[in-house]
Amino acid sequence: MARDQLAFVRTHMLPEAPPPTAQTGAVKWLRENLFSSPGNALLTLVSAYVVFQIVISTAPWFINGVWESPSLTACREILDGKMGGCFAVLTERWNQLLFGFKYPSELYWRPGLAFVLLFIAAAPVLFGKIFPRKMLIFTGLYPFIAYWLIWGGSVLVPVFALLGVLVGAFTYSRVVTISAGVAVIAAFVAALIFWILSGYVTGPMENVMAIQAVASRDMGGFMINLMLGVVCVSLSLPLGILLALGRQSSMPIIKWICVVFIEFIRGVPLITLLFVANVVLAYFLPPGTNFDLILRVIIMITMFSSAYIAEVIRGGLAALPRGQYEAGDSLGLDYAQSMQLIILPQALKISIPGIVNVAVGLFKDTTLVSVISMFDIVGMIRGPILASSEWNGVYWELFGFACVLFFITCYGISQYSQWLERQLRTDHR
Amino acid sequence: MTTMTDPPKASFQLSMLIYDTRYRSYTFQFIALMLLLLLLGYLGANLVSNLAAQGQNISFGFLSDPAGYDINQRPIEYDSQSSHMRASVVGVINTLIVAVLGCATATLFGVTAGILRLSPNWLVRKLMAVYVEAFRNVPVLIWILIIATIMTASMPSPNQFRGDNADASMLLDAFAFTNRGVYVPAPVWGAGSLVVVLTFLASIAGVFYYRRYATKLLYDTGRLLPMGWPSLVILFVPTILIFFVLGQPITLDYPALKGFNFDGGLHIRGSLIALWFALAIYTGAFIAENVRAGIQAVSKGQTEAAASLGLRPKRIMNLVILPQALRVIIPPLISQYLNLTKNSSLAIAVGYMDVTGTLGGITLNQTGRAIECVLMLMLFYLTISLAISAVMNVYNNTIKLKER
Repeated sequence: MARDQLAFVRTHMLPEAPPPTAQTGAVKWLRENLFSSPGNALLTLVSAYVVFQIVISTAPWFINGVWESPSLTACREILDGKMGGCFAVLTERWNQLLFGFKYPSELYWRPGLAFVLLFIAAAPVLFGKIFPRKMLIFTGLYPFIAYWLIWGGSVLVPVFALLGVLVGAFTYSRVVTISAGVAVIAAFVAALIFWILSGYVTGPMENVMAIQAVASRDMGGFMINLMLGVVCVSLSLPLGILLALGRQSSMPIIKWICVVFIEFIRGVPLITLLFVANVVLAYFLPPGTNFDLILRVIIMITMFSSAYIAEVIRGGLAALPRGQYEAGDSLGLDYAQSMQLIILPQALKISIPGIVNVAVGLFKDTTLVSVISMFDIVGMIRGPILASSEWNGVYWELFGFACVLFFITCYGISQYSQWLERQLRTDHR
Repeated sequence: MTTMTDPPKASFQLSMLIYDTRYRSYTFQFIALMLLLLLLGYLGANLVSNLAAQGQNISFGFLSDPAGYDINQRPIEYDSQSSHMRASVVGVINTLIVAVLGCATATLFGVTAGILRLSPNWLVRKLMAVYVEAFRNVPVLIWILIIATIMTASMPSPNQFRGDNADASMLLDAFAFTNRGVYVPAPVWGAGSLVVVLTFLASIAGVFYYRRYATKLLYDTGRLLPMGWPSLVILFVPTILIFFVLGQPITLDYPALKGFNFDGGLHIRGSLIALWFALAIYTGAFIAENVRAGIQAVSKGQTEAAASLGLRPKRIMNLVILPQALRVIIPPLISQYLNLTKNSSLAIAVGYMDVTGTLGGITLNQTGRAIECVLMLMLFYLTISLAISAVMNVYNNTIKLKER
């Protein structure tokens, strides 16, 4: 009886007790992430001190920065002995940093417009799900529009260049049913013949619908870096795919041509290839032809990056299970079809991070053209700006600006590629 | 009594070269080869006619002519009367110097940053992420120029070290950081120093021998000998003993201010430091990512399995994690070394006289023999690349997982 009275049955749940203060919120986070052990606490304090010192020593440089001043001496007078950056060099030489020092200033809107259009052209490629597919037509036309905007001259040149590409594409679609390899070569040859012939038309008619032409040697600044980066990456993608397929080919001669090309290019530094563009390539062109330096540099950088992209794509091709190739064969697809429909979409998807790495690396490497005395952004900083009497000695502001430009671009691209990887992940994890 | 019929033996027709898959590849290869030869022949013909038009030829005779220019960093005997060939060799050695220094330092930076990126400490993790992203996303040329500017524009001139209350002072009375470079103490090899060096080399061999002996003993008898401190003792004690017994044959030559400049010691030029440090810190950021990926590639189950076998944390790291992580880390690490070596050709931007600066720079400009110089330059880098890839292939084959 007594037991029954002593018995206690709880009829409802106790309210949840709050966790100990050390186990919740900011305190828990601090304890786990910053002060989990004496060693870690020490490490935290040391790094916090380092960060604090860096902030303290550079903050006045930014806060006291001078944004309006005609020269370094004037800027130092404004600062009056205080520590501060002379960011006025950026505002005063803004156009030079972006367009070089010889591009006609009344035409700045043209490369500016080309830059804005670049985003419209790139949007359907980069964000295929958001933008309509019809915008890809503009993407296809963009290179020719951009060329016309930046270089100017007769509209016939980009039009005929576009027609040449169409001729090549038409030839490819005709011959591809016979043999994919022959079709690629035939397309190249047909386009080349068309371009050579069209030279006889555009040559004498260079004033038809012409806007003011700008010579390549008048271009400079960050514009060159962007141009080289965009042009060379877009050109080297198809070339890289061809080289990768060639290297995987069962035909020994094709395979060895590709292997030798890829290994040779990958074995030498870009700077030697730029030397080739600068001083050697002219020897191998027909006497009397005068290729632009920019064009020669584009050729060499494209060769350079296509070898690297080829290796990345080869990795993607090799990562595909053998069954995918066999599936293509068993469906009765020929080589071109099975590549286009089965192999390449998967292989390219695997290779995206690698391709983006190559693209970012290539974009950074475009600064090397300053070594062969082209005035890209680094060339502009080291040459005309730092050598001028007004701004002799403003190193940090200028180099810092170049760093920021490259950081934004490259970091943006790599973040995009990570986003794309997540989008394309079709396996359900 | 055959039930199977052989396929009809078709006689060969010319159209089969295109339409029959058996022969089509031969046709295609033939066409490709012909086009390639045609292209090469065209380029060659252009070359010949261009050279003829300028009255030039291809010859490597210029290599034995006196170079006529000075090189600031001379690891071997060289003066302006030496041949272009010798100038190139000096350049090659300078390239190798900066490549070796850079690779060693980059590994140090990269491994440290890579491990710290996995640290449980949030602040350290973020700091290392900032380091990696900041250096990976900015061209190495800009980093080289920035560090070169630091070396020339913000270091004190030797003049400022003069006087009783000078603006600048030497670190520990041994290191002088000036805008003409860094002066550090240089070892002076006195009589008997050879013995010390040989002792040290023998000690290294001794350490390896001891470790092998300890491993064998462990496998044979199960007795576990200590590894750490005996290795250190074997490595250092005999050398230090010999060093003092022989009366300190190796001394240090300290740099000192003489006239307008520092004298004595080892002079490391600002250009070398800019190149070395920029390449190291840039490549280090890439190596950090490789190291991080390598360590993360070892699944957590491996650690737990090793722990459940009763291994101590240090042995888990040495016996289980590292061998598997290194298999992932080493191949990209070696290709980073290769990249660093190729990037060292940017020396030309800061006036460090590597092979691009001598052979591809001044020699090319003085002799005007662009084709020969660029060709030799490319062959040099190609040789290094192929040699390193050959080493890498051998390594990959030795560590390859032997499956089935």
